[in-house]
Amino acid sequence: MLCRAAESVFWMSRYVERADNIARFIGVNLELSLGGRGGIDAQWAPLVYASGDEQLFEESYDGATQENVLQFLLFDRNNSNSLLSSMAAARENARVVRDTVSVSFWHKMNRFYIDVREAAGGSSRILKAPQQFLDLTLEASQTLLGIEHSTISHGEAWNFSRMGRLLERADKTSRILDVKYFILLPNIEAVGRTLDVVQWSALLQSSSALAMYRRTHGRLSPASIVQFLILDPEFPRSLYYCTKGALTSLKAITFPESPESQHQVVRALASLVNSLQSVSVESIIADGLHEFIDRFQLRIAQLCDGITSAWFQRGELEQSQQQQQ
Amino acid sequence: MQVSVEYESSSAFDELLDAEGRPRVALIGERLSSIPAAELLQRQAAAAHRLLERGITFTVYGHDDGTEKVWPFDIVPRVIRNAEWQMIETGLQQRVRALNLFLDDIYGEQKILADKVVPRELIETSACYERKLAGSRPTGGVWTHIVGTDLVRDADGSIYVLEDNARCPSGVSYVLENREAMKRVLPEVFEGSRIASVEEYPERLLETLIDVAPQGVENPTAVLLTPGHYNSAYFEHCFLAQRMGIELVSGADLIVQDEIVWMKTTRGLRRVDVIYRRIDDDFLDPAFFREDSMLGVRGLMKAYFAGNVTLANAPGNGIADDKAVYAYVPQMIEFYLSEKPILNNVPTYVCSRPEECDHVLSNIRQMVVKPVNESGGYGIVLGPRASQKELEDAAAAIKANPRNYVAQPMLNLSTVPTITDHGLAPRHVDLRPFILFGKDIFVLPGGLTRVALVAGSMVVNSSQGGGSKDTWVLND
Repeated sequence: MLCRAAESVFWMSRYVERADNIARFIGVNLELSLGGRGGIDAQWAPLVYASGDEQLFEESYDGATQENVLQFLLFDRNNSNSLLSSMAAARENARVVRDTVSVSFWHKMNRFYIDVREAAGGSSRILKAPQQFLDLTLEASQTLLGIEHSTISHGEAWNFSRMGRLLERADKTSRILDVKYFILLPNIEAVGRTLDVVQWSALLQSSSALAMYRRTHGRLSPASIVQFLILDPEFPRSLYYCTKGALTSLKAITFPESPESQHQVVRALASLVNSLQSVSVESIIADGLHEFIDRFQLRIAQLCDGITSAWFQRGELEQSQQQQQ
Repeated sequence: MQVSVEYESSSAFDELLDAEGRPRVALIGERLSSIPAAELLQRQAAAAHRLLERGITFTVYGHDDGTEKVWPFDIVPRVIRNAEWQMIETGLQQRVRALNLFLDDIYGEQKILADKVVPRELIETSACYERKLAGSRPTGGVWTHIVGTDLVRDADGSIYVLEDNARCPSGVSYVLENREAMKRVLPEVFEGSRIASVEEYPERLLETLIDVAPQGVENPTAVLLTPGHYNSAYFEHCFLAQRMGIELVSGADLIVQDEIVWMKTTRGLRRVDVIYRRIDDDFLDPAFFREDSMLGVRGLMKAYFAGNVTLANAPGNGIADDKAVYAYVPQMIEFYLSEKPILNNVPTYVCSRPEECDHVLSNIRQMVVKPVNESGGYGIVLGPRASQKELEDAAAAIKANPRNYVAQPMLNLSTVPTITDHGLAPRHVDLRPFILFGKDIFVLPGGLTRVALVAGSMVVNSSQGGGSKDTWVLND
């Protein structure tokens, strides 16, 4: 497929996944705030930190109230990572490759974007009671996934889409883990109070992971939660699962005759997957979860750069090589 | 079907109703009038909603709301009887054949100039004649692979050719989408009506592109070259590429090496044999046409001249769209085919002929004045509706550069009942059939009916308050 189209498909899926994660994070925080425990005021600031855009937020808003944070994360056009901006970008990328994706996929994408745009137009009600909007958003993104899976040939474009989605998801899971870890677990000895159970449940919920966690590990414990969200081989939002899936897709679009630059990226991702497979949760916690996550995020960013130059800019590369000959 | 009082005052030919207000095709009239007015409005709204949802939009420059708008669609169809369509179809085939012989001749031996059927000076003074293309010849001598001829019907019921559009005609995607929408919103009108299908267009277009590939290429690769997703017709470019299953490329996706065109894919460079280009000649190749073009592909014309790639449509066709040259198409038909034209031109006064220029200047109030090289309705002055100042400006412009203008009598375009806020009312329409030319000439039954939604307006362009309708050719 065209390099440019591959890049658009990749980013299209990243943006949808980004929008999906925003809705998840907010939904869980909301639930927490409705829990009625006087001790926990709904904490909205951490969501802004998780997004990594706290500077922009502080410049534009007066305080991390629910409405401010929701406006910023959901509908702020100036925030390029807001749900509205993400869906606008996803839809624009889909429009560029409208000839590549299936007709029903495009229609759903377009409808999804129109709904979010219309919601942004009447946002004041949603900012006060966002749950219904968030539910519809998640439903739309899940529907999109289903349509993609069942109507688009599982070839190159589909693999680029899946890679974009899984790399984005791995990054988001790692971010939410990082933020919550800081707040809840400044040191390992602090574990065990009632408060933690609520907050840790919320953390799992934000990755839609509580029920799946319970089946695997039963009672909540920080180490098991970290184990589950980072190393679980079957849970579809764990770092290990996401990177493993991305590797499968990357291998599917790399061929013996592919240039060395592409093989290099495959090897880099394979080594990341291997390290996640072999590392123990005890050593992650002992060496520092935050440092581990930092390194992970850096490697994901490097991988995306590698995919960009080896696949999306391949044409330019060959052009300049031919011209040099 | 409730028909508004506007009909009583209209002297235009109506496509659906005869002079007594009776449906020309009884079955369709009955079926339409069985739908109550309120319901018709609901179905109209459903069709509009469907277009928005499907992102069937055109880009509006300088418009803020996502920069895209739905092109208004009216669900009352325009109907053409089979016998009349046969005549139109044959007439269009004749015209396209003659135009291709003309283009081949004008960039070749120029027999038509030597025989003084078309004045040499007219060609030499045309801004659309590409001297640099003289001596070039596209594969099989086919220049116009895709034509979108604009037809209009005057008050007396006769059909005229308004423009040939031999460069980059657009609108066919709306023909197909409108038909899909109609099947959903008016299924009972369709049933048993024997309406000629339009669905085969993408297959025919692909066949055309493959047929005109450079000789000796097995399994040729065709692509559609778009100016990009900000272009007003981007939806159509996507639509056609997808329906044909070919890559939609922009200039940056292509490179030319050793006079061969390649596209940049994730699996490396892949050779391209046929380019259905939807960008104008001027922007095709900065090394050959406009240097400042960011949309084109450097070296593309070298590959074209080397015979390594087919461009559809061929570059240079603009000369046939020059409205002063258009005036000579009937003579071309007689010169090349020794046939009488089946479809007539709108009577056209060519201002570079002094006596016709004088006539135009003294009757400018009754004329439609058109610059010879504009499309999309730009620069047109409608004499009967223009202010004194506009008429004076037009006259001055004609005197300063007569070669740049033609004038035509103001036609009273035919109407079709159209849904308005006050029930059905007559609105003026034109018709753009699409003609494909590869191995042979195929005319898509019907075409795009554009409708001026403003009462009394004759301007059907999408940029100026126009909408569209489905066109039904009846196999009766």
